Amino acid sequence: MNKIITAEEAAKMVTSDKTVMISGFGISGTPNHIIQAIADSGVRGLSVISGDMGENDRGFRQGTAKLVGNHQIEKATLAFTGVNPEAAEMAASGELDLTFVPLGTLIERIRCGGYGLGGFYTKTGVGTLVAEGKETKIIDGEEYLFEKPLRADVALVKAYKADTLGNAVFRYTARNFNDTMATAADVTILEVEELVQPGEIGPDEVQLPGIFVNYIVEGKGAVL
Amino acid sequence: MGNMKVREIIAKNIAPMLRDGELVNLGVGMPTMVGNYVDPSVHLMFHGENGTIGASRQIPNDMCDSPEKFLAWEDAHSGYRSDYKTGHKDLVNAGSYFITLDEGSCCFGLATSFAIARGGHLDATVLGALQVDQHADLANWLIPGKRENGMGGAMDILSGAKRAIIAMEHQTRGGSPKLLSKCTLPLTAVHCVDTVVTEKCIVGFDDEGFVIKAMYPGVTREELLSTIEGHVSFAEDMKEMII
Repeated sequence: MNKIITAEEAAKMVTSDKTVMISGFGISGTPNHIIQAIADSGVRGLSVISGDMGENDRGFRQGTAKLVGNHQIEKATLAFTGVNPEAAEMAASGELDLTFVPLGTLIERIRCGGYGLGGFYTKTGVGTLVAEGKETKIIDGEEYLFEKPLRADVALVKAYKADTLGNAVFRYTARNFNDTMATAADVTILEVEELVQPGEIGPDEVQLPGIFVNYIVEGKGAVL
Repeated sequence: MGNMKVREIIAKNIAPMLRDGELVNLGVGMPTMVGNYVDPSVHLMFHGENGTIGASRQIPNDMCDSPEKFLAWEDAHSGYRSDYKTGHKDLVNAGSYFITLDEGSCCFGLATSFAIARGGHLDATVLGALQVDQHADLANWLIPGKRENGMGGAMDILSGAKRAIIAMEHQTRGGSPKLLSKCTLPLTAVHCVDTVVTEKCIVGFDDEGFVIKAMYPGVTREELLSTIEGHVSFAEDMKEMII
């Protein structure tokens, strides 16, 4: 079983008829090489599930911000555009269709999607616009909202290191959405900076079991 | 009073509300300044919603504010060439700035981070706000007609934190009240605020509305009554704010 593919082969699986999860939080834990290949492919009309829209607050675009800047994303479900003001401007002009979900609700909806759960009740958003049209329930005297699971056709995730089976290790804050999104898509593509042979990562060091990973792309360093 | 002085007063008066050993989430902007005024004998643990407990300091952004500098910084701080004490390309705060961590810190994914936020494990959060009303409802994420940035993790953090302390300028720049009988902007969370600190007063809540607990020297009760829209009462043991 060979899971290793190129970033270009990964990009070919990202088409406008599919929903794509793209991991990362700002500049951290983003599959930059796969994103660059998608940017180069020129595909448009993408539907994305992501925490944010990448970062361009330093004056240059990083991660998903490249796809935003290239006008390749049509709609996105996300928690905030904080470090990509360009995405907020494009949403205001109607070019980009953004659906905001509270960050904790977003990650938990994705977790439910990957963990085989039919949703969950949360206090987050009770009494706000987020509650509109949603079932509510009083549990032990407190009001909760029902939130549904979220899945995608393709998940693009990133780890620091993995073996060729996809058993992966993250560093510091680069785990963010990665270990959860990897469970919640029909096809999960993992980008890694360091690819090693099975046995080089101890079983109890593995933070993402390789069975969640369909394909692996090797990509070192940043892509600007 | 200048804007910097206003922010300093608010941050200084919130700092003593945080107690030794507590796990605290600070929002961006003015709330982050609170950390500068915490007494050195008080050891707090800071929760970063993107997946840390124990953030230490921010790496100055001028180290990596151009593509060339960014690539050079990343290269020197990637893999095992650098670690959490000196900064790492995979170690940022929720605002996407590189940070360092203290010894004894930990990192985790977002599912765990929001288990901490929603699950009642945060002792306190300090957040900014656009409006707070006498029902302890809060609005801080959306102004209809203006550019929409999303709520991020604010709704989740407010739904679970044991105490929500709001750092807010007393009035809008145009002089309109921000402490209201009912918020007019879309809400972030309901019945969630414990304390509001402005440059003029510290405000708590009872069943009827706002309770002024402390006042800044020179501020009069009449001034507060004319700048707060809603039911206001004054605590019997009125305190003076730190200058």
